[in-house]
Amino acid sequence: MIKKIFFQSIFFNFFFLKEVFSAESGGMPQLNPEFWISQIFWLSLTFGILYIVLSKLILPKISANLELRKSQIQENIEAAEKQRQSSEAKLKEYEEIVVKSKIEAKNIFKDAREKALKNINSKKENLDQQIDEEIKKAEKEIDVLKKNAPEKINKIAIETSSEILKKLIGADVNNSSISAIVDDLSKRGGNKYYGN
Amino acid sequence: MAANPMTQFEVYRIGPEIKIGSFDISFTNASLFMVISSLAILIIFNLGSKKNSLLPNKIQLLAELSYTFVSKMISDTAGSKAKPYFAFIFSLFMFVLFCNMFGMIPYTFTVTSHIIVTFVLAAFIFIGVTIIGFIKHGFGYLKLFVPSGVPVVLLPLIVIIEIISYLSRPISLSVRLFANMMAGHTMMKVFGGFVISLGIVGGWLPLSFSVALTGLEILVAFLQAYVFAILTCIYLNDALNLHH
Repeated sequence: MIKKIFFQSIFFNFFFLKEVFSAESGGMPQLNPEFWISQIFWLSLTFGILYIVLSKLILPKISANLELRKSQIQENIEAAEKQRQSSEAKLKEYEEIVVKSKIEAKNIFKDAREKALKNINSKKENLDQQIDEEIKKAEKEIDVLKKNAPEKINKIAIETSSEILKKLIGADVNNSSISAIVDDLSKRGGNKYYGN
Repeated sequence: MAANPMTQFEVYRIGPEIKIGSFDISFTNASLFMVISSLAILIIFNLGSKKNSLLPNKIQLLAELSYTFVSKMISDTAGSKAKPYFAFIFSLFMFVLFCNMFGMIPYTFTVTSHIIVTFVLAAFIFIGVTIIGFIKHGFGYLKLFVPSGVPVVLLPLIVIIEIISYLSRPISLSVRLFANMMAGHTMMKVFGGFVISLGIVGGWLPLSFSVALTGLEILVAFLQAYVFAILTCIYLNDALNLHH
């Protein structure tokens, strides 16, 4: 490696030696006006051609390429956006359907429950009414019986007492007087007379 | 003993002497590298724009990246009004860049290291910008020399300074590029001469400097082309938008 560099440096030495001996003019060659006109001429020519070719042929093409790519990318983005939106709309639809069917199911369940409850209630009321009516009837009967009971008791009491008296005394006692006594007793309260 | 570092800037005739009237327009080594640079630009950008694929190949990518780079530079500094001048600034940037870069190859000639070349470019830009300014704003373009918000007492002084700075634009623009290129190449030549004169024993230090300088000079070559183009954009912006 070092050997190579060494030989290379020796090789390049010849180039520089040649220049060392050829260098004679002092000062800045830039300030030598000998080739100024030539440089101005060739600068105008080359730069002019460069400018014309670039501005008329090449730059519009690059610009068009860039625009095309931009619009293509934009289009792709727009298409993707559209698809996203449509999929979102479909998702929403699906969700709406799910919600709707849920509500429907709830409603059906509610309706069925209400119907059943109503049915039960109405049947219960009917039964209650029937029971009430029966109770009322029975109470009425009882009332009637209750009302009739003292009279019957009095009658029986009068009859039995008159028969007992007949057997005991052997004579008819006036029914009206016995009934008066029975009435009197029943009014005062039987317990006191009959004892325990 | 060391080679004269200025010999690399010498212009010499290639081929016969061509004369139009009393003007010598012979083909020189400078002309040769102008032609080479322009041809290289045209070939690269022609290849880069030939076919349009959605996924660009390397050369197309290069062309498109340069396009967007210059386009962004112009729109950032001079706004959207500068769009008609895009092609000019693009060619200017590419021409200066390629001339600088070709100058970095050993045994080549650096076109932009000559004051006459850079001055012609700068003068063309200066005159063009001034004409554009007067066309766009009429005599209102002279308002460029009267900055707003300056006390009346200072105004005459400021106006004189502004005029001088405006007139010195082509000089500063051309000398900046020319001096950078010349200084860099001279320095590289000087260090190269040191390598030779110090020989195999002591030549390694200047050689390493030379290597480092080559990297620096490539950076400078790009940077100066960029600065040249962006200053053109700034001058154009003054003419188009009249910010003062």
